[in-house]
Amino acid sequence: MAFVAAPRRGAFASLGARVARLAELVTTPVVPSDYLDMLSPLRASADLRGRIEEIHPETRDAATLVIRPGKGWRGHAPGQYVRIGVDVDGVRQWRAYSLTSRTGRADGRISVTVKAMPDGTVSNYLVRRARTGTLIQLDQATGDFTLPSPRPRKALFLTAGSGITPVMGMLRNAVDELADVVVVHSAPRSHDVIFADELRHLATSGRIRLVERHTDVDGMLDFGQLGGIVADWTERETWACGPTGLLDAADQRWSDAGVADRLHTERFRPTVIVTGEGGQVTFSQTGTTVDADGSTALLDTGERAGVLMPSGCRMGICFGCVSPLRSGAVRDLRNGEVTTAVPGDGVLIQTCVSAAAGACDIER
Amino acid sequence: MTAVMSERPAARTVPVDDPTAHLTDADIENIAKELDALRERVIASRGARDAAYIRRVIDVQRKLELGSRGVLVFSLFPPAWLLGTLGLSAAKIVENMEIGHNVMHGQWDWMRDPKIHSTTWEWDNVSPSDQWKRTHNGMHHTYTNVIGEDGDLGYGLMRVSPDQPWSPFYLGQPLWNFVNACFFEFGIAAYDLELRDSLTDGRHKTPEFRERAQRVLRKIRQQVTKDYVVHPLLSGPSALHTLGANFVANLVRNLWTHSVIMCGHFPEGVDTFEKSSIEGETRGQWYLRQMLGSANISGSPLLHLMSGNLSHQIEHHLFPDLPSNRYGEIAPEVRDLFERYGLNYVTGPLPKQVASAWRKIFLLSLPNDAAERVDRVLKRFWPKWLRTA
Ligand SMILES: Cc1cc2nc3c(=O)[nH]c(=O)nc-3n(C[C@H](O)[C@H](O)[C@H](O)COP(=O)(O)OP(=O)(O)OC[C@H]3O[C@@H](n4cnc5c(N)ncnc54)[C@H](O)[C@@H]3O)c2cc1C
Ligand code: FES
Repeated sequence: MAFVAAPRRGAFASLGARVARLAELVTTPVVPSDYLDMLSPLRASADLRGRIEEIHPETRDAATLVIRPGKGWRGHAPGQYVRIGVDVDGVRQWRAYSLTSRTGRADGRISVTVKAMPDGTVSNYLVRRARTGTLIQLDQATGDFTLPSPRPRKALFLTAGSGITPVMGMLRNAVDELADVVVVHSAPRSHDVIFADELRHLATSGRIRLVERHTDVDGMLDFGQLGGIVADWTERETWACGPTGLLDAADQRWSDAGVADRLHTERFRPTVIVTGEGGQVTFSQTGTTVDADGSTALLDTGERAGVLMPSGCRMGICFGCVSPLRSGAVRDLRNGEVTTAVPGDGVLIQTCVSAAAGACDIER
Repeated sequence: MTAVMSERPAARTVPVDDPTAHLTDADIENIAKELDALRERVIASRGARDAAYIRRVIDVQRKLELGSRGVLVFSLFPPAWLLGTLGLSAAKIVENMEIGHNVMHGQWDWMRDPKIHSTTWEWDNVSPSDQWKRTHNGMHHTYTNVIGEDGDLGYGLMRVSPDQPWSPFYLGQPLWNFVNACFFEFGIAAYDLELRDSLTDGRHKTPEFRERAQRVLRKIRQQVTKDYVVHPLLSGPSALHTLGANFVANLVRNLWTHSVIMCGHFPEGVDTFEKSSIEGETRGQWYLRQMLGSANISGSPLLHLMSGNLSHQIEHHLFPDLPSNRYGEIAPEVRDLFERYGLNYVTGPLPKQVASAWRKIFLLSLPNDAAERVDRVLKRFWPKWLRTA
């Protein structure tokens, strides 16, 4: 069998390519990396993975994970998120988490901070059951919920609950580059505030103005009264992250005031508006057929049936889950729009925000 | 020996030798309910323990294969040859049976690990995995032991029931079977390609067939290059010895897998079914056919591992996609169900089951009357330890 000639990139590169090709001939039907993974799962050429090295509790139901990423990690911008794949009860689950660490730490590690959701599969696992030393799957950092440069003169961070995480990532990295920062953060009670000590310290040292709102006592933030809390809010470049209700209200308020372009939001989950009748879903590559209701995302339906579904943010922004709809009808859960296809159409859909709207066939 | 599972009206006529004659419709539906419930229980309890199991098997198999190939680099020295060949044979067997066969059944798909998934797995065998999946999962597991539908039943070359008409061609079937066993992976590839049928009905000229044939050839080339070119060359002065070792390891793997598979559906006590008997089959009747059409092998945990848990062929055929490490665990319950419904749970040690299968193949190569005479003689000389209880 002939060796494939490597492009002329110097003798070393072509030698490397030859050795790699030879190794493939020996390890077929698997690939050499399957063997190398047993010895060195974090090496540069491997699929990106990470190892949980430290776990620090933050509140009763939140914890920070310090992760050593594989050598292929390309770094991140503050405010971005990373997708993490963990095996919970033997099943690979992917979720997105905002990076909370300083960029370019000397030890090369990164961190994410997770808040356990009631009944949440991954968040509960990470907060309560994960052990240091565990190997996890990673993706490169992504997301455009980031600070521009030059930095804005005045900034407002409007957060609630775990929505503080991307903002903490920005503050840790850039608070000294921001002249005028207001943070309005809501949490049920004082002890539920994630990063409470650090935020309060930033406030007392005069680097930010912190408005903590304890919603169990103070009630929810009323956007009508926003001017009373932050008088110049319309002049501020604003980053908001939190539950759907908060973000929807902010969107409304900022556009009513004609300053929608000043508001940047990060949503942790899609806003589901329309559901309907479901149908029988066929995953033709795997050869699996299941019944699905009209409110469950096809991504979840497929995963539950053991189909290998690509995924990303799981909320309709990254297009990491795009799959061919071979035939049938699906409904976009965000706006109710129905997409249909017959074989040959080559229609692509986002499975994380689409549900069955009748019988359909997804090529996975 | 051939069971007919007919509809069961109040006054039905069932052949005298129908092993399910004593079961009512309600019994059969209850069997289905019990088995469905058992399946659900296992599915609900799949978890980290099972995932750790398959990952460990894969890890050990890869280390064994790599280690054995490494030792074979020095195969000029007889102890190294022996050790390496043994290790490589075992590694190939585990790869094909406990890992490949079971992963391709989708037993581990629920883990959603793209590295251990039925749609991505490729095995150490000349038949490309997707072609194997089609014939094995699609045909053999659906039409288990239905004459003329289940190609695994003699691979279209053998007479598998005395009800099939005899022709002189079948005299050679013990020989065909032996040759098929030695080169089993090629037999499987040809069979998965539907080579014989395609050559007779002209399908071999279609682009679809050519494309598939090319993929088989490519897979053969990759396998042959690995075992018979690159590995020997890497062994330098030991090249010829390593080549021999690879040949022996493939042969051992072929003979072993063929034997295990023969034990699954051929031994005495296992039923075959008429095409007509499965028309309109209910789920309960399908289960029943799997129960009566399969046989287990009893033995140690090592035997179960090396057989890819096909030693629990009955459990595997009832639930082809449950994780293989669970078959042994549910076997006592399945056996209890057989007993409660008065059905014959066929099982026995490997030598007995292999001998029983070969004896059947030999006898069926003869016309029925001659076979009966030979059988009478055989019975007298059949060693006691190989006898069915
Ligand atoms: C870009 C991005 C960044 C994110 N960053 C972080 C972060 O830094 N820290 C963090 O803790 N989480 C973050 N998330 C949310 C995270 O990805 C998971 O959705 C969350 O941890 C819940 O997953 P789970 O498996 O525990 O819950 P699941 O098992 O998926 O869901 C359990 C239940 O909780 C509900 N649920 C799921 N997500 C949410 C939510 N966000 N709010 C309210 N209810 C929910 C579900 O509808 C379901 O009823 C981020 C999400 C995105 C898209
Ligand atoms: S997973 Fe990101 S768009 Fe669907």
